[in-house]
Amino acid sequence: MTTSAIALRGLRKSFGGKVVLDGIDLDVREGTTFSLLGPNGAGKTTVVRILSTLIGFDGGQAHVGGHDVAREPDAVRAAIGVTGQFSAVDNLLTGAENLILMADLHHLPRAEGRGRVADLLDRFDLTEAAGRPASTYSGGMRRRLDLAMTLVGDPRVIFLDEPTTGLDPRGRRLMWEIIRGLVAGGVTIFLTTQYLAEADELADRIALLDNGKLVAEGTADELRRGIPGGHMRLRFADTARLDAAARVLGGATRDDEALTLQVPGDGGVPALRTLLDRLERNGIEVDELSVHTPDLDDVFFALTGSPTKEAAR
Amino acid sequence: MSVARETIRPARRRGVVASDAVTMLRRNAKHTLRNPGAVIMTIAMPVLLLLLFVGVFGGALNVGPMPRGGGYIDYLVAGILLMTVGYGSSTTALAVNRDMTEGVINRFRTMAISRTAVLTGHVVGSTVRTLVGAGLVVGVAVLLGFHPTGDPVRWLAVAGLLALLAFALAWLAVAVGLLARTAEGTSPFVLVVQVLPFLSSAFVSPDTMSPAVRWFAEHEPFTPVTDALRGLLLDTPVEDGVVVAVAWCAGLAVAGYLWARALFRRDPR
Repeated sequence: MTTSAIALRGLRKSFGGKVVLDGIDLDVREGTTFSLLGPNGAGKTTVVRILSTLIGFDGGQAHVGGHDVAREPDAVRAAIGVTGQFSAVDNLLTGAENLILMADLHHLPRAEGRGRVADLLDRFDLTEAAGRPASTYSGGMRRRLDLAMTLVGDPRVIFLDEPTTGLDPRGRRLMWEIIRGLVAGGVTIFLTTQYLAEADELADRIALLDNGKLVAEGTADELRRGIPGGHMRLRFADTARLDAAARVLGGATRDDEALTLQVPGDGGVPALRTLLDRLERNGIEVDELSVHTPDLDDVFFALTGSPTKEAAR
Repeated sequence: MSVARETIRPARRRGVVASDAVTMLRRNAKHTLRNPGAVIMTIAMPVLLLLLFVGVFGGALNVGPMPRGGGYIDYLVAGILLMTVGYGSSTTALAVNRDMTEGVINRFRTMAISRTAVLTGHVVGSTVRTLVGAGLVVGVAVLLGFHPTGDPVRWLAVAGLLALLAFALAWLAVAVGLLARTAEGTSPFVLVVQVLPFLSSAFVSPDTMSPAVRWFAEHEPFTPVTDALRGLLLDTPVEDGVVVAVAWCAGLAVAGYLWARALFRRDPR
């Protein structure tokens, strides 16, 4: 348990007879970013609410920061910080007052608390707005204030439940930078998101949650590798060239209407070079070449059983 | 299988509990100062009722002779103070509900702080706010011709009884605020604390009511509390009445506290 910041064994939870989490096992190593990915209603938020001691669970074991979530909730609370999907800021207080409230609740000595508040306001680009009530903040500012409040207590494990949902691209970039900064400081991040790009961008390991079960877990590369669909696509000027190329390149899928050939492969430079060399040696001219590598979208759709893009084509 | 939660409460907590509650009380005070509209409303409504009853209905109401030859206003002020406490607690139910719906309570729940500090902050803040409001209402009443006792001990007893009632209704208000899914959901509570005084000895003597209403008025908590307040304010004998009033307030406070605590321990939605 020394290297796992979060460890779950057979975690189960139902709401009124409806099974929401159906036996979740996972480990998150200290100092890494773990992303729980899934469609709406998959149970992501339920996992966060259980691990942050907000709600109980029905079976299995959960440890956060080395503490049993069910038996030592206060020890868990002392180790964690939570920033949810819906910001939990006090609208009637100013940004600075919200942060000072957190400092007081963490029993920081006055001077230290005020110093940390000033630092966080600066780091999160909120110094100018510090004296305004949080109710006047924009969505992005609220989200930043929310995360800053979470950081006042210097948590070792941070839960971020869809931290960028509803943010504009600039706000999202800013949030990503902040999250990377936290990881550089040795904090463990448990991130839920429905944006595959976000998980790809930030997470060391990714798990896919669907209907209360983990359907895949690994690094982004591992997940991609497990999915077929990588190919190079060649388009030709006429059927004669298409025929010639199909003869040279066995195992390719041809599309007579579009005059294209799909050659399976990872799309790396050596594979491309070999392919083009062979065509050139046979004097076949290629009009257009495109490379398709499977992305997490493919992984996601393939594993969660939603209609895949391949099938839709 | 059900996993028990919160079986262990670290022993270090005593001083921390108090300091968390003070922090929450400070938060509450800031809310009150930043949102003066709500406070003005809690005082404005009783003052309006005071003016209405003194100026409009008072002449038509017969509550019997007042000690020292005072007018209807001498009878009325105790009831108006009851209304002041009721309005004060309605504000608290709304404030607690706002905390719930804004999600800030969920943040507090995930922190290693005293579990009920946020509720204690609301209750103490509400009680103080209500006492200040009651003081202002008494001031207006005196300007309108109210002749209360000059005995400081009786005034202390009035303040104490009002504080106890405010404290009790604040705990009930906290429970209602926790229970309601939306701000509108607190309105039954608002209705109860604003209508019950009318069905008590607050504005007219129950002797003049129809038998069923009179029975209810004689047995509901607001009647002994009003009677005790009125007796204290007007220098008439009250001994037993105060005991009954205090017992009612203490009972309501305990019930409100237990209800609020049980609701707060539930898993949040």
